[in-house]
Amino acid sequence: MNVLVPTPLHSYTGRKHVEGNGPTLRAVLEDLDRQFPGIRFRMIDEQDRMRPHIRFFVNGHQVFDLEQPLRATDDLRILQALSGG
Amino acid sequence: MARTTRKRSARSARPRVKAGSTGSPHRTTLLVATRKGAWLFQGDPARRSWRAEGPHFLGHIVNHLVLDPRDGRTLLAAAKTGHLGPTVFRSTDRGRTWKEAARPPAFAKAPDGTGRAVDHSFWLTPAHANEPGVWYAGTSPQGLFRSEDGGVSWEPFSMINDDAQYREWMGTVQDGTPDGPKLHSVIVDPRDPKHLYFGMSGGGVHESKDGGKSFRPLVKGMEVVEGFDPATVTFHDPHCVRMCPTNPDRLYQQNHCGIYRLDRPGDTWVRVGRAMPKTVGDIGFPLVAHPRDAETVWVFPMDGTTVWPRTSPDGKPAVYETRNGGSSWKRLDAGLPRKQAWWTVKRQAMAGDAHDPVGLYFGTTSGELWASRDEGRSWSALARHLPEIYAVETAAFA
Repeated sequence: MNVLVPTPLHSYTGRKHVEGNGPTLRAVLEDLDRQFPGIRFRMIDEQDRMRPHIRFFVNGHQVFDLEQPLRATDDLRILQALSGG
Repeated sequence: MARTTRKRSARSARPRVKAGSTGSPHRTTLLVATRKGAWLFQGDPARRSWRAEGPHFLGHIVNHLVLDPRDGRTLLAAAKTGHLGPTVFRSTDRGRTWKEAARPPAFAKAPDGTGRAVDHSFWLTPAHANEPGVWYAGTSPQGLFRSEDGGVSWEPFSMINDDAQYREWMGTVQDGTPDGPKLHSVIVDPRDPKHLYFGMSGGGVHESKDGGKSFRPLVKGMEVVEGFDPATVTFHDPHCVRMCPTNPDRLYQQNHCGIYRLDRPGDTWVRVGRAMPKTVGDIGFPLVAHPRDAETVWVFPMDGTTVWPRTSPDGKPAVYETRNGGSSWKRLDAGLPRKQAWWTVKRQAMAGDAHDPVGLYFGTTSGELWASRDEGRSWSALARHLPEIYAVETAAFA
């Protein structure tokens, strides 16, 4: 599926759009980590919790569960969410 | 894995130094970590002029940047951003290129999902001279980690991260400093790699004599906030602990509640800060030990009264020096602002070099970098308008 990567993670991917594969959000993130080692830990902590300022949207709807089922045709957007100076 | 290449930024005020052109160990480089990135300031042999290199990791929160003194070339940076999780970057070419750790410090995964997560790595310490490639890291929330491959991969170290008693002493996030409770001041005895110390804000000072298999508190004599019981380790807040390079049996400590000295094998800290002027007090964050004289240390007091402004007392910043182990203190403020300067210096943001006379350096919360080539007798601003400075270390590249 198409994955939109936020700018803070472009140092890993080198581009805005990448291809990720897997039946769940967890599996897609693991696939991304195989392609771009280290990227998952910047988004998901060691207890498998989403980091506070990282948000995941599937087809425009925010998801909070790593076990969220995904289809190959879904659109996954990863966003940074933070305000402040 | 993220790789970054140092950009030839137009931000530097002076021409950049070509790699290798300042390779003399006699030259001091300042490693400056800030809330928005890191800089290297390379001094000439006389320490009169300095060249800025950076920013590295612009936009990253960099808590510590340290050179491995054992090889004189490996730099580690503890970094995160406002959005992304914590990591460690490594360079072996004076910061021209950086490579991310394959396994940054992270707590063990708890089966029920309630375990702790590292918010940021805060403190980096190269291990013993006879343990090349070994490093320690202290984190927020309080955790101790070790790398045996030069910072590429990190593992939880010792029993403290998950020990029930230590977890109680660490308290909760609400008990910690405003930007998170921290494990800091990881110290390795140069005579014995198994003899270790660390401090926790909060949670006291701790010592291991068995290479980290076990630790025990070392808080006797330390005071706590009025109304609390000093017998409760949780209430102790050491801000910075330093071992004297020429006398590893002597430790100094800048604490939330005073300046202390401890002479081993004794186990009772003595509040030597009581000799500080009453109008200034003995509260602060950093402490620097003289590289050759165990009687001499420098501190940077801050206002710890009323609501704890954590600014220079009365807006008049000064370094204080003792030359007699804390029996008396002398104000050193020549060249520093005379009034209306309301910054302070964080616990990692003051350092000394190995020259004679010793060069002293500190970075401020308002982004100024100050230097003295004469052990604090006179000060001059080396840089201004940097982001808030979190750490300053001195380095001598091979």
